[in-house]
Amino acid sequence: MKSKRVHRPFNSTRLKNQFLNVVKNPFNMIVAISLVILFCLIVIPLLQMIATTFTVAKGELRRIRGAEVGDFTLYYWRYILTSGMANATLWGPLKNSLVVGFFTVLVSVPLGSVLGWLIVRSDIPGKKLLGMLVVIPYMVPSWCKALSWLAVFRNKTSGSLGFLAGLGVPIPDWLAYGPIAIVLCMSLHYYAFSYINVSSALRSINSELEEMGEICGANKIQILKSITLPLVLPSVLSSIVMTLSKSIGTYGVAANLGNRIGYFTLATKMKTFINGSPQAVGYAMSLVLIALAALIIFANQKIVGVRKSYATIGGKGGRSTEMKLGKAKVPLMVFLVVFLFFAMVAPMFVLVMETFQITTGNGYGLDNLTLYNWIGTVDEAQRYINYPGIFRNPEFTRAIWNTIRLTFIGSILTALCGQFLGYISTRGRGKWYGSATEQLVFIPYLMSGVAFSAMYVAMFNRPRLGGLIPSLYGTFGLIVLTSVVKHFPFASRSGTANMMQISTELEEAADINGANFWQRMGKIVLPLAKNGFISGFMLTFISIAKELDLIIIMMDKRTQTMSYLAFTYSQEGYNQMADAISVCVLLFILVCYIIANKFGADIGKAW
Amino acid sequence: MSKIVLSHIDKFYGDNHVLRDINLTIEDGDFMTLLGPSGCGKTTTLRVVSGLERPQNGTMTIDGEEMINADLAYYAEPSKRGLNLVFQSYALWPHMTVRGNIAFGLKIQKLPKDEVEKRVRDSLRMMRIEEYIDRYPNELSGGQQQRVAIARAVASNPKLLLLDEPLSNLDARLRVDMRSELQRIHRELGTTVIYVTHDQVEALTMSTKIALFKAGEISQVDTPMDLYMNPIDLEAADFIGNPRINFLEGTAHMDGAKLKVKCELAEYEFDKADMTDQEIPGGEFPVVVAIRPEQIHLTLDKSTDGIPVSVYANQPAGSETLVSLKGAGGSDFLAKEIGLAQYDIDQTVYAHIAPEKINVYDAKSTRLIKRTR
Repeated sequence: MKSKRVHRPFNSTRLKNQFLNVVKNPFNMIVAISLVILFCLIVIPLLQMIATTFTVAKGELRRIRGAEVGDFTLYYWRYILTSGMANATLWGPLKNSLVVGFFTVLVSVPLGSVLGWLIVRSDIPGKKLLGMLVVIPYMVPSWCKALSWLAVFRNKTSGSLGFLAGLGVPIPDWLAYGPIAIVLCMSLHYYAFSYINVSSALRSINSELEEMGEICGANKIQILKSITLPLVLPSVLSSIVMTLSKSIGTYGVAANLGNRIGYFTLATKMKTFINGSPQAVGYAMSLVLIALAALIIFANQKIVGVRKSYATIGGKGGRSTEMKLGKAKVPLMVFLVVFLFFAMVAPMFVLVMETFQITTGNGYGLDNLTLYNWIGTVDEAQRYINYPGIFRNPEFTRAIWNTIRLTFIGSILTALCGQFLGYISTRGRGKWYGSATEQLVFIPYLMSGVAFSAMYVAMFNRPRLGGLIPSLYGTFGLIVLTSVVKHFPFASRSGTANMMQISTELEEAADINGANFWQRMGKIVLPLAKNGFISGFMLTFISIAKELDLIIIMMDKRTQTMSYLAFTYSQEGYNQMADAISVCVLLFILVCYIIANKFGADIGKAW
Repeated sequence: MSKIVLSHIDKFYGDNHVLRDINLTIEDGDFMTLLGPSGCGKTTTLRVVSGLERPQNGTMTIDGEEMINADLAYYAEPSKRGLNLVFQSYALWPHMTVRGNIAFGLKIQKLPKDEVEKRVRDSLRMMRIEEYIDRYPNELSGGQQQRVAIARAVASNPKLLLLDEPLSNLDARLRVDMRSELQRIHRELGTTVIYVTHDQVEALTMSTKIALFKAGEISQVDTPMDLYMNPIDLEAADFIGNPRINFLEGTAHMDGAKLKVKCELAEYEFDKADMTDQEIPGGEFPVVVAIRPEQIHLTLDKSTDGIPVSVYANQPAGSETLVSLKGAGGSDFLAKEIGLAQYDIDQTVYAHIAPEKINVYDAKSTRLIKRTR
């Protein structure tokens, strides 16, 4: 038998051809460029941050004897791991984070999965409407949820009363603030992950698989247990991972509901260090957070193993039939309605009503209602207020423009990059560059928003690569860049799932018909990926539009978005105006969602 | 309109050597079938020809023009090879109508609009599916999708048409229809065709030539008739033909210029002219005598050269009857008669076998040493 490598004498033509084969193929170039960019955007900042935790900073000069700025030190790691502060800094918040994450998963994953199954597979009435309503709570930013929670449950501990306390219902602290409140608020938010993952997995399963089970004599429970569930199990597990790592790293909810009774999670504690001093302790904590997330994900991969891929868009399509719910239909409908009421209608109502209130928690009597927060001018104010109603406030107009700019540019870039990265990792499956891309893209996922943006600020606050990358601090560009890179994991995940459905033969057929790489991308891959692209775009869009944690430390008056403005107002005590801006954010997201959905549903009919 | 020459092609996937020194010449206008069991490298060969796979060693020319030269790391783009391919899965683009699918390649070639439309129409007319021009692929049946895939491939007027198991997803009746359709297309277009299949009936009925694959190598290239009549070795003989060929053990030796063969049924003497170039071992050596079932004629009365055998089972199937027989020495073999025939079990009948219709193989090298005529 011949060996694989035949020794050939040196030949310049061959060398030239080999070079041309690599260079002339745009795919290779794209892979090379992507890897370089990913490396610069992800690996280098991460290394930079790790280095910071081992380097003496100016602030700690006095505490570390005989050290110079820039020296190697273990001080920061000792601080969080072994010092007398370790319990208050790391172990306590770590325990709280884990408890909150665990219970959030426990509530939100079953909730989302069941909803997904009901809406995709069962014969529950009004599916189209339900399918739309169910994702709406996800569009409400989680910090808004925390504010609504407070609006309803606030008690004397906070000074002003909430809705229930105002009605005379005694609200204990353990319900109003702390872990229970955090878990419930996050669950009502993150169940959307499970819902989206599971419902799309269910959609891709040919119902003939279930029907075959029925023919084999299995009842509904058995079919669910031994056919449907195993097939969606990978997506359920990945929802668990997503929810867990997200909820551990979330800042807004935990800060609003925990800080005032001294209940700190890793994320909130970390923020106090990153904003204060010693900063490197905050970075070290964020590395702990990253390690934790990595551990969770590693465990997930061990359990699920190599993900199976099914080419579902091929020559022939699968049929989908619904499962009859029978007697369970009415209770399930009631459950859905109750759920939607508490997850969506009630908090929205409280939120919207607060924007018209003169004093919060004081009921909805006419004497307590005003339009001032929307359209008032400063002279009309009934109390001392610095700002006119938001529609007369130039800050708000600028915030709208910034939000639109950021969300559109950011989410289009993210979704495009996601599809490209997904393309590279699917077509490079089993090759080194495919797995390298997958691994690199995954890293931002492990970082919470606050830690990630802190890392970016540290990285780009001065020129890098000998001036090749200018200092981006305070620019709109940095905010876009941060938003895009932070959303890479999610976008490329949806891109991968999307590209996996496009069989390579469809591309090869175009190749043979004379289409070059760009034509194949433009005419075959992108049109087929359009549905997935739009849903990926939609989700990143919503995510960027409501993002607060990620960009909070980069914002200033010039670049602030609506979310940030709402946050500042609520910090300054203008709750009603903050709410009014939140309502605008919600409307903005909702309108965009409806447009995208219309568009998506339309092309969904094409095949 | 094109002649393809593959020489010394080697293809590896990692350490897996999937094509081993493939040498194949496909003459202009040939309908060349690559035949073999699954996993033998035939599809890979097709993909190498198409340009979708790059072999590590070897060269390929089309009409004398070099398309692959692994030594120089030169591989022409698939689209520069003047060919088109029909995939096993059809690979129709689900987001385009039938028109869009067929026009795609033509638009890329920047043909004028009316020319594109004309070619789309022509190719659809040829495949007799003109009425589906505005449908999406998922609105068509499997057989119609198949026709669209072929129409798409021929619309670009390829010099070379590659077909990868195109009939394997069709039901039996459609398959028969499409076989004649493909033959007709081949004749009408005069294109060179390379056709991959594991189905010998497809291979035998449509091809002008067949390349028989075995574990990454080509074991025989011949016309269908030659392949059927004179399979090059025992494995090929066993693979080709349904019902299977009969093998009878025997011995042989050279007697001057003649080959003398002795088996359970009879003794034969063959002329030098009927023998292959295969080297003959000295002295007496074991052979396998191979006889096609349809070459065994049964009679009820013992005439001059009839060999007495007993009927073991009888399977009349309308157009033909298969008769399982047992020889005097206990060997089993099968005879095929056209039309209905009725024999009783254990009945003694007389088998007539024309010596020129017998193949003889060297049992040791398994190679063919005596050809049929």
